[in-house]
Amino acid sequence: MSKHQHQRRHTIAVLVDNEPGVLARVIGLFSGRGYNIESLTVAEVAAKDNLSRITIVTSGTAMIIEQIKAQLARLVPIHRVSDLTMDGPAVERELALVKVAATGEKRVESLRIADIFRARAVDSTNESFVFEIVGKSDKIDAFVKLMEPLGLNDVSRTGVVAIARGPRPL
Amino acid sequence: MAPENDLNGSEILLKALVDQGVEVIFGYPGGAVLPIYDELFKQNRLRHILVRHEQAALHAAEGYARSTGKVGCALVTSGPGSTNAVTGLLDAMLDSIPLVCLTGQVPTHLIGNDAFQEADTTGITRPCTKHNYLVKDVNDLARVVHEAFYVAKSGRPGPVVIDLPKDVVTAKGRYVGPAKVRHKSYKPQVKGDAAAIEKAVELMAHAKRPLLYAGGGVINSGPAASELLTQLVKMSGFPFTLTLMGLGAVPAADPHYLGMVGMHGTYEANLAMHDCDVMVCIGARFDDRVTGKIAAFAPHSKKIHIDIDPSSINKNVAVEVPIVGDVAHVLEDLIRIWKTKQVRPDDKALKAWWKTIDGWRARECLRYKPSKKMIKPQYAIERLYELTKDKDPFICTEVGQHQMWTAQLYRFEKPKHLMTSGGLGTMGYGLPAAMGVQVAHPDALVIDVAGESSIQMNIQEMATLAQHRLPVKIFILNNQYLGMVRQWQELLHGGRYSESHMSAHPDFVKLAEAYGAVGLRADKPSDLDDAIRTMISTPRAVILDVKVDPSENVFPMIPAGAAHNEMLMGPEDEAEKPESEDGMVLV
Repeated sequence: MSKHQHQRRHTIAVLVDNEPGVLARVIGLFSGRGYNIESLTVAEVAAKDNLSRITIVTSGTAMIIEQIKAQLARLVPIHRVSDLTMDGPAVERELALVKVAATGEKRVESLRIADIFRARAVDSTNESFVFEIVGKSDKIDAFVKLMEPLGLNDVSRTGVVAIARGPRPL
Repeated sequence: MAPENDLNGSEILLKALVDQGVEVIFGYPGGAVLPIYDELFKQNRLRHILVRHEQAALHAAEGYARSTGKVGCALVTSGPGSTNAVTGLLDAMLDSIPLVCLTGQVPTHLIGNDAFQEADTTGITRPCTKHNYLVKDVNDLARVVHEAFYVAKSGRPGPVVIDLPKDVVTAKGRYVGPAKVRHKSYKPQVKGDAAAIEKAVELMAHAKRPLLYAGGGVINSGPAASELLTQLVKMSGFPFTLTLMGLGAVPAADPHYLGMVGMHGTYEANLAMHDCDVMVCIGARFDDRVTGKIAAFAPHSKKIHIDIDPSSINKNVAVEVPIVGDVAHVLEDLIRIWKTKQVRPDDKALKAWWKTIDGWRARECLRYKPSKKMIKPQYAIERLYELTKDKDPFICTEVGQHQMWTAQLYRFEKPKHLMTSGGLGTMGYGLPAAMGVQVAHPDALVIDVAGESSIQMNIQEMATLAQHRLPVKIFILNNQYLGMVRQWQELLHGGRYSESHMSAHPDFVKLAEAYGAVGLRADKPSDLDDAIRTMISTPRAVILDVKVDPSENVFPMIPAGAAHNEMLMGPEDEAEKPESEDGMVLV
């Protein structure tokens, strides 16, 4: 029983028709049935076939995760649902733009840390940087945390995108 | 007729409906749908039934769909027309009824402008439809209509909305026939996994206390599913129970039938469910009205679940053998495997199981105290059954006590003969549903078993009966109360009857007459049979107002939050009212 009630974080990839309202259907499903959304990204991935890909990070018990997948799969404009956490290894990435406004030693320190994290400065003024950082969500969390005392004042994150390792498509 | 690429949107719409086999539309006109009504006026292939409220159009389409197995069709205007349709859409959603509802919309250039009679119909109806469409280009219209019918009836059926801006139904465009339309993504699985079915047969073969538990999925699957299930019952000798939605799926006269299961199910059905060791759930969904307290649900059983909707499986109850597929397809395979393996159920164990069940049956849980002075509501349903059973009647109900007494005491021998709002519990469902049934079966006896309160939620449809000469019979069990509310207040809220008594009701006999129908009344048991006979023999719409004992409650009852073996059996059990805190928060 405890195994079933254990909450787990899952990354789910969904291939949908790129049509009006499809995102509202997915979000409405989550809010209407009380499921969690930790992050959600969506963009067109195959213009020719008019398909978009939604990546959802959610958490729940094994039974709830099964429900989420089944409920998603029965939405009419949805082509495929894949649980990247369950169906073999997968690569997860997130991109963040992080603004740090500081001068003097703090400014130098922020550059040094950015270097360690392989973040790039994509905008610079005399009193600020915007860093672009790519990685797993926890790496970005760590970067943001370190920037806080150094003048962090704005963060924009994409949410997780993910893809299965190996030759097979979704 | 004009060449195919020179039709206006309304012509395209009606042509597509005809090509989809639609014969009847239930609807109500308004500004945004005037061009469609104009085309309806010019043709005679589609019959339009003019209702008095859009909610009724949807329920009528449901009644039509449920009694025929076809897709029901409704047409309403924008704004209030579509919002009034919402209750009917959700009702169809929860009971898996195939509908296509056409809603008018303001012209595309006004969408989002808070225009007159504008509503975000696709937004509002998204969670209460299986799918919905907003058509923005007349050249998409025919394809969308064909897709909508495919989606509504395939897999687990449900309602589909097509929102039609006024400029789209007036613009000229191209028609495509249904044969040219194939859905890109929606392809539900109908054939069950063979290995899972073998496993199911294996489990059933070794069952000592088996139970078949079947629901509306059997009826939705079609007549073949009912026949196969009846065959399985005979072959296996297993006891079976039905949900409210499944009544009639297998004849009630079958000796293996234990009665309905669930909150107001029979003692024997609920105890069999609690004590069984193998449960075969066929086209049912372990709804909370069936399971009672989940933690104590059928604790010693292994479960097989056949359902066309994968999201029904492991939703409320974890099952050992899930089989995704259409009931008829799966049962066909299951019976074939059963035969090739020459399965012999464990006769000795089965005999002992039936002996236990017969002991439960001996409780005669549906018995009530008869009265010579007052008409007991149960007696009224029993008499209605006895006097109508040979006439192959279609029974509709509203929602409440009368609905449960009908489900308990009226014996349904055929599928598609009971129309009732099971999932949503919509008061006001029965009369419009009965209209829809009567339109589909003009010569049949169609009865709406009603309560005096439910019937008033769509009483305006009496005028629809008059206009379209629909001889629906309305059988009101009049107890002056919101009976089920009163029952719960008695059992769970210390007898504080907060706002459940209605001291003012119309004179239903006069009301019937005002609407051009026949009004009858029965006040005492000795009046009842004659009144029912008159009702049946009157070739017009009738209201029969039956004054029943207002204090009667529906038993057995599993109080919300209780287990199957904690049933209240009758007034004597009420003495020790289980006012459980857990139960009080449940509905």
